[in-house]
Amino acid sequence: MNKSVNLNSNKLVVKSSTANLITIRKFINSKASSFGFTENEIEDIVISVDEACTNIIEHSYNSKPNFDLEISIILSKNKFIIKIVDYGESFEPDTLKDMDIELYHKQRRVGGLGVYLMKTLMDEVKYKSVKNKYNQVMLTKILTN
Amino acid sequence: MTEFNTSTKNIGDVNVVYLKGFLDAHTAPILENAFSSLVEQNKYKLVVNLKDLIYISSAGLGVFMAFIEKIREHNGDIKLSSMNEKVFNIFDLLGFPLLYEIFDNEEDAVKKFSGDKK
Repeated sequence: MNKSVNLNSNKLVVKSSTANLITIRKFINSKASSFGFTENEIEDIVISVDEACTNIIEHSYNSKPNFDLEISIILSKNKFIIKIVDYGESFEPDTLKDMDIELYHKQRRVGGLGVYLMKTLMDEVKYKSVKNKYNQVMLTKILTN
Repeated sequence: MTEFNTSTKNIGDVNVVYLKGFLDAHTAPILENAFSSLVEQNKYKLVVNLKDLIYISSAGLGVFMAFIEKIREHNGDIKLSSMNEKVFNIFDLLGFPLLYEIFDNEEDAVKKFSGDKK
């Protein structure tokens, strides 16, 4: 458990355990709140980052809890960007196609809902996978006011 | 302080499951165990009261998906009640209101099971 999270830093590094999701959510909540998002927008960002990290832990690291998950916040004008880097299994970003939610329920598949949520709740979701080196997902939310 | 826990109560032949706290990929197995234990006891009429559920991610919704088919095969159902707006928004985004009956309060959800008998 990472009990002492430095909320002044723009980077959080935690191990790939789902026990750390709560730490990640607190970190994102604090950063998004300082940037000026509304309560609802903060919730959208927090769940999107939770989904991205859950996917990394379960798929990239195959639920092994001792690998690093690096979460950085990049602020660029009105853009709040969360960059998440892992060093697990590479993947083909194009295989993460947009899902058909009705078809999903017909097939009663479990899993895969996270990507749909991220793409719905964030303004941009970008994946990059460099084979045998690292994977990166960038989630962007634009501050509008 | 625990992040998430469940408790259950019988109302006639309906079992009400109360969820409290944060339901994510870490705590989803706790809900899985609660549903498994009810199903093992052939209890298939479930009302899930989400009044004290603060947060749910797709891992939590996946647990409902994993059990609903088996429960309906046994003429049961999972009916949901009392969820806050934030939690409802996530259910709604993922199309759950089409698949699950959602009630404002627990009493109406429980009553619906007796109505189903007729």
